[in-house]
Amino acid sequence: MSTVATTKENQAADALAFEAPKADELAALLVGQVRPPRPSALSASLTFGWRAMLKIKHVPEQLFDVTAFPIMMVLMYTYLFGGALAGSVSAYIQFLLPGILVMSVVMITMYTGVSVNTDIEKGVFDRFRTLPIWRPAPMVGYLLGDVVRYLIASAVMLTVGIAIGYRPDGGVVGVLAGVALLLVFSFAFSWIWTMFGLMLRSEKSVMGVSMMVIFPLTFLSNVFVDPRTMPGWLQAFVNNSPVTHLSTAVRELMAGNWPAADIAWSLGWSAVFVLVFGAVTMRLYNRK
Amino acid sequence: MSTATDLAIETSGLVKVFGTNRAVDGIDLRVPTGTVYGVLGPNGAGKTTAVKMLATLLRPDGGEARVFGKDVVKDADTVRGRVSLTGQYASVDEDLTGTENLVLLGRLLGHTRPAARERSAQLLEAFGLSEAADRQVKNYSGGMRRRIDIAASILNTPDLLFLDEPTTGLDPRSRNQVWDIVRAVVSQGTTVLLTTQYLDEADQLASRIAVIDHGKVIAEGTKGALKASVGSGSVHVRLREPEQRPHAERVLAAALNADVQLDPDPVALTATVNGHGTDLGAAEQAARALAELARAGITVDNFGLGQPSLDEVFLALTDSRATPANVTHTQDTAEETKGTTA
Repeated sequence: MSTVATTKENQAADALAFEAPKADELAALLVGQVRPPRPSALSASLTFGWRAMLKIKHVPEQLFDVTAFPIMMVLMYTYLFGGALAGSVSAYIQFLLPGILVMSVVMITMYTGVSVNTDIEKGVFDRFRTLPIWRPAPMVGYLLGDVVRYLIASAVMLTVGIAIGYRPDGGVVGVLAGVALLLVFSFAFSWIWTMFGLMLRSEKSVMGVSMMVIFPLTFLSNVFVDPRTMPGWLQAFVNNSPVTHLSTAVRELMAGNWPAADIAWSLGWSAVFVLVFGAVTMRLYNRK
Repeated sequence: MSTATDLAIETSGLVKVFGTNRAVDGIDLRVPTGTVYGVLGPNGAGKTTAVKMLATLLRPDGGEARVFGKDVVKDADTVRGRVSLTGQYASVDEDLTGTENLVLLGRLLGHTRPAARERSAQLLEAFGLSEAADRQVKNYSGGMRRRIDIAASILNTPDLLFLDEPTTGLDPRSRNQVWDIVRAVVSQGTTVLLTTQYLDEADQLASRIAVIDHGKVIAEGTKGALKASVGSGSVHVRLREPEQRPHAERVLAAALNADVQLDPDPVALTATVNGHGTDLGAAEQAARALAELARAGITVDNFGLGQPSLDEVFLALTDSRATPANVTHTQDTAEETKGTTA
């Protein structure tokens, strides 16, 4: 009898010891500590990128928009427009796939704004903002994490495309060059969403504004059809849209050509996005 | 006259305005290094806003604030290198595990990956969180969250630690654990600015206390001085018969030489034990008062001697003639203020 009681008491004591913090151990941890030098801008950004990867690991459902959605886009538009626009599905996919790849990835960038908006309301952002680190690092980290998502979406779409008949003449090098250009552009373009994520008050308004921007920008381009049949005023917009330059550049790169002008336009637009919206984002972030 | 270097925090005329609400309305604080400084006030008094300005999260709209002599706006980066903030809510990432959170912050503070891992393991052990290390923080209890939060704040031992209502919403045991942690941190030389709604908590931990309300400091001093101005405690009495209350009120007032409040409950009374005109301790005075009630034939069902409540502190500090109704009103407006700042 008494043995049983003692065991129970011991267990209770163990449970308490586990629960209670140990003040003396804690004190020992606090003394004589040397502060390491601050991390570099790159190291801090990569650490935030690692945080984004951990979040994907814990909540893998968030990959739905970079897997199921792109597959749906490829299949839907290829079979919907293929016969009517190019005579056959296999002829149309040669034209469509690079464009639909650009369109889908640029559309997916929109989720960056939503995740920034929901995250900024949480306490952890206050901690990040009190750390002595390169100020843009948390935002750059988001975008680095998102680049991985865009890469997954690109791989999924290319796989589906090749399975239903897409044969890029540019080979592996051409395809990789096209994807690389797309990732650079998407990284730069995402600063628009970080800006809206910080500027707007709710997730819903971020979503609403994003749709207003993303739909005209991606549809009014040369992703689906050659702009030559469009009215003149629309051609003027479409031919100068960054999405048109990007989709032409990606299409030509994957076809084995070197579209220098469109590559330059795409990179130029990317630089403008980072400089303008990156600056506004950081101003909002510091003022938040 | 102490110089700026002896002070961890020095503010003058600090102001923050949200729309038409002056959340912080001219606060002057001088916090000596190596102490725990308590900032006491109700919800919406401006405590969190003041802390956020000192921790470089909000820009002041007026006045100046210096942390270890450095301006929180102009030298924000230097200030950030020396302070840590533990907010009212968990300032860790709820989607990540305990270990991941600490390693993440360790890396951001410049530790190598192995060093960050080692330090995380040590901290989790010292905070009694080893077994929860690989669980997502969103599955932690309130007390565990608060502990991981403080652990995150001392990854690098800070020179100044802001603890914003560290025990709000915790059960008594978790609260005691947090207090033990705060004492351990202070014993190693870190200055702590603690905001709280509980006089008891400020009394337990702080050496100096500022009481703030509506964005202004309404009293400041050592806790001894503050308590002397408030009274050392209150006697709460519950009678069996409501009709005996007027009689009990007179007996208590005479025995304690103090004002007696009639509580909303028709059988309850509260009297301040202020020690005026006597050398007796609060408990002894209370015991005498109880004996007087018994002698007068009044049946007492329940009796308690407690620390003055925040209501009583405010009653004593804001207006000695204020009625309890006024205090309630003050707190209502404080709640509204909170609503507009949130």
